[in-house]
Amino acid sequence: MGKTLAEKIIAAHAEDVTEVSAGDLVTVRTDVVMANDVTAPIAIQSFQAMGVEEVYDPNRVMLVPSHFAPNKDIKSAEQTRTLTLFAEEQALDHRFQVGRAGIEHVVLPERGLVLPGDLIVGGDSHTCTYGAVGAFATGMGSTDIGFAMATGKTWLKVPETMKFVYHGERRPYVYGKDMILRTIGEIGVDGALYRSMEFTGPAISALSMSERFTMANMVIEAGGKCGFLPFDDTTQAYVEARATRPYTPFYADDDATYISIHEFDLSEMEPQIACPYSPDNVHPISQVKPEKIDQVFIGSCTNGRFEDLAIVADILQRTGREFSPDVRVMIIPGSQAVYLDVLRQGWIELFTMAGGAVSVSTCGPCLGGHMGVLAADEVCVSTSNRNFRGRMGHRDARVFLANPAVAAASAIMGRLAHPDEL
Amino acid sequence: MKLEGKVWKYGDNIDTDVIIPARYLVTTDPKTLAQHCMEDIDQGFAQSVQPGDIIVGGSNFGCGSSREHAPISIKGAGVSCIVAESFARIFFRNAINIGLPILESVEAARAAQKGDTLSIDLVAGTITNQRTGQTYQANPYPPFVLAIINAGGLVPYTRNVLGIKITG
Repeated sequence: MGKTLAEKIIAAHAEDVTEVSAGDLVTVRTDVVMANDVTAPIAIQSFQAMGVEEVYDPNRVMLVPSHFAPNKDIKSAEQTRTLTLFAEEQALDHRFQVGRAGIEHVVLPERGLVLPGDLIVGGDSHTCTYGAVGAFATGMGSTDIGFAMATGKTWLKVPETMKFVYHGERRPYVYGKDMILRTIGEIGVDGALYRSMEFTGPAISALSMSERFTMANMVIEAGGKCGFLPFDDTTQAYVEARATRPYTPFYADDDATYISIHEFDLSEMEPQIACPYSPDNVHPISQVKPEKIDQVFIGSCTNGRFEDLAIVADILQRTGREFSPDVRVMIIPGSQAVYLDVLRQGWIELFTMAGGAVSVSTCGPCLGGHMGVLAADEVCVSTSNRNFRGRMGHRDARVFLANPAVAAASAIMGRLAHPDEL
Repeated sequence: MKLEGKVWKYGDNIDTDVIIPARYLVTTDPKTLAQHCMEDIDQGFAQSVQPGDIIVGGSNFGCGSSREHAPISIKGAGVSCIVAESFARIFFRNAINIGLPILESVEAARAAQKGDTLSIDLVAGTITNQRTGQTYQANPYPPFVLAIINAGGLVPYTRNVLGIKITG
């Protein structure tokens, strides 16, 4: 009987067993344990309350201040300080200070710290992003992370797997973001609850790494435990340039057992929009009222990579247009490495001349943390991953999730807009 | 262990952003978090909730972020148990890990109305609605999860496990 990617990677990390199947409860070894400035303080408290003195491996525990970084107030500064002090005390090998890091889900892959075949647990629901390089990666809460920091282990139920197959040539301005939004719209925010999602098909092979990260990133928005993009030449080129240690890619068997298979034809698909107040309230852009907007946010662990910002730069350069003076446009590179690449391209000047505000890397506005919080009744187009009530600020603010091209076009037009309208 | 409390009823897909908005995640103190519990879906909850009250949700309760602050704020508010049709994966683990009882029962969750009184036997996994007299059986926990619950959460569980190892 063939095995899925989740079954194979879990089996390779399992204690006491060499083969697992969906439904099995197993204890597994972790390759990387991650937490951020919101989840690490509680994880550290739990770790200490467990009576443990040292982390299982100072090379594999990574604490990244991202959500309220750079510290937005005294309380968030105190939280980040607990990470810094703990990292010093435990002599952790990898540090992620402001100015040298950014959003964990952009930074860890970019530095080659999360690799194909890894089993990774992170104190952040978007830890599933690392499935883009072929890692089994899943989000957990702080106490689970405290346990993993202490023992290098965690317990898992081996998930059932849903397979998603994408065919057809994409139209202009349709990206991985639209493919995952459409998928979530079809199966719902609990459509993959407790399950693994494998994305395959000819249209997946054509995706850039940044689009693959976007797709794996939003697996949690369907309730998924983990997601996988296939390991291919694109993945290999990305990983080879960065890997900090040896790795073993895994491949799903042709006769693996899938609980369901979903086919998508992309040839007629438009850019997709998730309307308030749920990531599964997804409609093609032509079906969404082009309402006036107050803010555009381009960034986050979903769409804050170089290729995402290249889409925005390309639209500005080709059209020669500026952003609407009535819209606050926040552009936030997902890491300082992305920031530097963007700077070297001359795009910081381009974005600033167009009326955009470019910030140091942070999760900030995505979670209504800082750097662009919304007031009541304000409308925002965002390239991020969630539009729940209150997510980006006031509970009566409304957020439309979109790809970077739609976000850029909307920022120029001052209303929700298709890039073809420019 | 037996619990009894009044029902606060909510719908499907109650996400962690409405349970505890991110703007309050600059603290880990349960009492402070409790003051803002459910704020973006039910502004009266934090002021009116009584110790022992029970939250009843629909499917996928606790979806979204991994923030453990969500079950911590609910526990800090004095809620004794959550009954739902189903729970989001990370929230389920978090609640078990911090010792907040949660039970899955589609029938019990659908039948409960705001203000009903539920009697819950955690050992037997039964939920009785005192208004209707109906008793429901919740989905059983896997043995490993039950061991964490019986220890009072993952921290005391881990201390026990490590203690056994140390004393041989």
